[in-house]
Amino acid sequence: MSRKLLLEHINVPGINTLEVYRQKGGYRAVEKAIKTLTPDEVVEEVKKSGLRGRGGAGFPTGMKWSFLAKPEGVARYLVCNADESEPGTFKDRYLMTNIPHALIEGMIVSSFALGANTSYIYVRGEMMPQIRILEKAIAEAKAAGFLGKNILGSGYDLELYVQPGGGAYICGEETALLESLEGKRGNPRIKPPFPAIAGLYGCPTVVNNVESIAAVVPIINDGGDEYAKIGIGRSTGTKLISASGNLVKPGVYEIELGLPVEEFIYSDEYCGGIANGKRLKATVAGGSSVPILPANLSLKYANGEPRLMSYESLAEGGFATGTMLGSGGFIAFDEDQCIVRNTWNFARFYHHESCGQCSPCREGTGWLEKVLHRLEYGHGKMSDIDLLVDVAKKIEGNTICPLGDAAAWPVASAIKHFRDEFEWHVKEPRKSQDGNYGIANYAVPIEKVVVAEV
Amino acid sequence: MLKVEEQQPVAFSSVFLANFDEIVKRYPAGKQKSALLPILHLVQAEFGWTSVPAMDKVAEYLMIEPIEVYEVASFYSMYFLQPKGKYVLEVCRTGPCCLVGAEKIMSHIEGKLGVKEGEVTADGLFSWRGVECLAACGYAPVLQIGPDYTFYENLTEQSVDELIDNLKNKQDLRQ
Amino acid sequence: MDNLVKITIDGITVEVATGTSILNAARQIGGDIVPPAMCYYSKLEGSGGKCRTCIVKVSKGSEKDPRPMPKLVASCRTTVMDGMEVQNITSPEVLEARNGVVEMLLINHPLDCPVCDQAGECDLQNLSYEHGLQKTRYEFERRTFERIDIGEKIQLHMNRCILCYRCVFVADQITNKRVHGILNRGDHSEISTYIQAVVENDFSGNVIDVCPVGALTDRTFRFKNRVWFTKPVDAHRNCDHEKCDGKVTLWYKGADVLRVTARKDQFGEVESFICNTCRFDKKATSDWTIEQPTYISDTSVIASNHYETFMPLPVIKENLALQEANKVELEKTVKF
Repeated sequence: MSRKLLLEHINVPGINTLEVYRQKGGYRAVEKAIKTLTPDEVVEEVKKSGLRGRGGAGFPTGMKWSFLAKPEGVARYLVCNADESEPGTFKDRYLMTNIPHALIEGMIVSSFALGANTSYIYVRGEMMPQIRILEKAIAEAKAAGFLGKNILGSGYDLELYVQPGGGAYICGEETALLESLEGKRGNPRIKPPFPAIAGLYGCPTVVNNVESIAAVVPIINDGGDEYAKIGIGRSTGTKLISASGNLVKPGVYEIELGLPVEEFIYSDEYCGGIANGKRLKATVAGGSSVPILPANLSLKYANGEPRLMSYESLAEGGFATGTMLGSGGFIAFDEDQCIVRNTWNFARFYHHESCGQCSPCREGTGWLEKVLHRLEYGHGKMSDIDLLVDVAKKIEGNTICPLGDAAAWPVASAIKHFRDEFEWHVKEPRKSQDGNYGIANYAVPIEKVVVAEV
Repeated sequence: MLKVEEQQPVAFSSVFLANFDEIVKRYPAGKQKSALLPILHLVQAEFGWTSVPAMDKVAEYLMIEPIEVYEVASFYSMYFLQPKGKYVLEVCRTGPCCLVGAEKIMSHIEGKLGVKEGEVTADGLFSWRGVECLAACGYAPVLQIGPDYTFYENLTEQSVDELIDNLKNKQDLRQ
Repeated sequence: MDNLVKITIDGITVEVATGTSILNAARQIGGDIVPPAMCYYSKLEGSGGKCRTCIVKVSKGSEKDPRPMPKLVASCRTTVMDGMEVQNITSPEVLEARNGVVEMLLINHPLDCPVCDQAGECDLQNLSYEHGLQKTRYEFERRTFERIDIGEKIQLHMNRCILCYRCVFVADQITNKRVHGILNRGDHSEISTYIQAVVENDFSGNVIDVCPVGALTDRTFRFKNRVWFTKPVDAHRNCDHEKCDGKVTLWYKGADVLRVTARKDQFGEVESFICNTCRFDKKATSDWTIEQPTYISDTSVIASNHYETFMPLPVIKENLALQEANKVELEKTVKF
């Protein structure tokens, strides 16, 4: 069993209440931080921990915090990004539902570190039940003196509020989230200025993912150095992986970064293999936005060495043969799944969720969706495949926010790795409607390169 | 473009408005527009959808122009700009759910309710629609029903039938 | 000088004030290296960054931090740093990306220039001449909307809109009340009032001038004439509206003023916003004091019909048969 930092007590009955959460050592981090550490020392611990943003981009959290501008007399804000909507990702829902106080505790410690006296948790509107859970947890924490005026007699004040979203994936982008929190359309802002300088209401603001904030709790409890010992290389600590698709045991797992992908998929401790005795065809390792990989490249690098669940290892090989850890939304496809159909499905998602502010994304996502729809339903042409690659290229990198990239990558990578399946849809329009292309050679094992000894 | 005269005037009770006051307190002075999204959720829970007269009232309350409310309400997918059934079954239609049969569930619901996506059943009770990822991919296929957004997970055709029948019965009992 | 920074665009170095955007620095240099801008408008705060046509490559961030920027940036919203080096038309990467953006802007555009009042002075038309493809690669039905009249004098033809948001900024910043805005999202976004509200305001007509395409047009000028057949003249009147200086361009056809617009600079931006009275209600020469013919760049299609007299070719003068064939044209010459 690997170490669990966030989900250690997840199965304890009543852990969603303050009482049980405290019995299991909850709110120690608040006491330690507020009573014995200065805000800068908390930031220092988070820096030492090497914690990287768990929302998808993987930017070091401590560094993000240290960029926060601190002009005199201007309010600072911490906003928690709980607008979890990346297809394949559902870890934040799990955490907030089952152990809401982990997030509240992290919010208190983080707000203290940043000097924020008002903090918001922006939860996607569809998660109304989780909003109620968090509101209840906040009320409990407030009653126990962990929130409100003069927390634990320290003179530090903090108010924490939950804000519902309205149903828009784009609000997971931090500046769109801030716009939405200000009661506006969720159009991402043009950067610079970054939120650390001018964020919510024009004040310096930090936006962090739910899991990043919850991870601050064990970092403060055990120290940043201890946290950094877990994991591998620059991928420190544990990570929640949301496993979905054709797996025996889909669900949320806490792993130590560095776990081999193969072990994650097939071991009984985690996903338990592919459902219904089928074979693995492909994976999307970090949520729908990251490149899709065929089974063989999912498990191993192009040189045959095993691939691990870490920021670096999943990215090994760049976009040619690698992918990204992203938000940890691990989707497995079995041999009966159609890659073209899935690519179209994701393209429809990005088309639906594009905010429409900048032209390449507004027009390009719809174009991708229409061409893919045509291919999937057997009306495609051979030239459509190159057209898709070209349109994806024209979106990527030319948009205001990363949604454009997120829409382009799945299409580009699917064509790169599964081109024969796209071509089959053109050549065999009839067959492609009734059957599927199967696993082809996507799972052919990659041999480890053996360097001959001289 | 909508025709205003088609829409019934609405009234907000003082109890209802008191909820708005509570929400506005969360934000710094002068930033009351931040309350727009939560308030629209309250309005939808109360009236079933966000009609123009209701949105105008909200604008008046928040001291903003009505168009600012329309802009926001039309941007986010959760706000209904047209009346819907009492229960709106929102089925996730994104990748991971489709890998385990969301499309089948949707066509089953269509058959069971006898209405197309977005339409309302004759008794005014049900609508259904496909929505994008609901962040519950591990429990797929899933659907949610507002205004509490209760989740129904690991759907099968049978469990969907039971759900719809239960909702119907619940309605009959109330009458 | 402390408040000046040095920037090099396509090899041309210029010193500009701190805080200037790359686009405005390029405009100070002028010429071909100025990136096209469809949504940025220097007189509207917060505009820009959306259309992505002005993207450029920053090959050197600044003297202090010479690293290049990882992606192409919107020049209208990127501030110049001292020692920055920028590539616009000298970078094939920029040109290719810009071609891509133009293609995106056009895939849902109706391409109805032959019946569009904006033709001849349309930024999108100019842009697509320079960067567009000969033939569209988009084989799907284009997005369409109903044409609507927002008020008595302005027509909104949403099909042509590129969602630059300029008209929204005008309503926010120039008029006292905004009743139109952006509704829906993604490629369903549209400019609308949502309900049948009328855009009524002393300055509402300015949305026509800021619109880079033919989405917002002057109903009093609708289908009256092609702009290149009209003759623009600078004129002014003593406008009693406190915020209007009454300096306009009158567009003549013969002796009639067909329309009145604000005066535009070389980048297509108005010099000052004018009131609706000047724009819509003063269409007699006697209302105005004429200053001079408006300067029109000789690269503009509007210039092609101006201030020239048709002179019969020498070959016609010497040939009776040809004279007979060109009778109508020759009579015109005599008339002028």
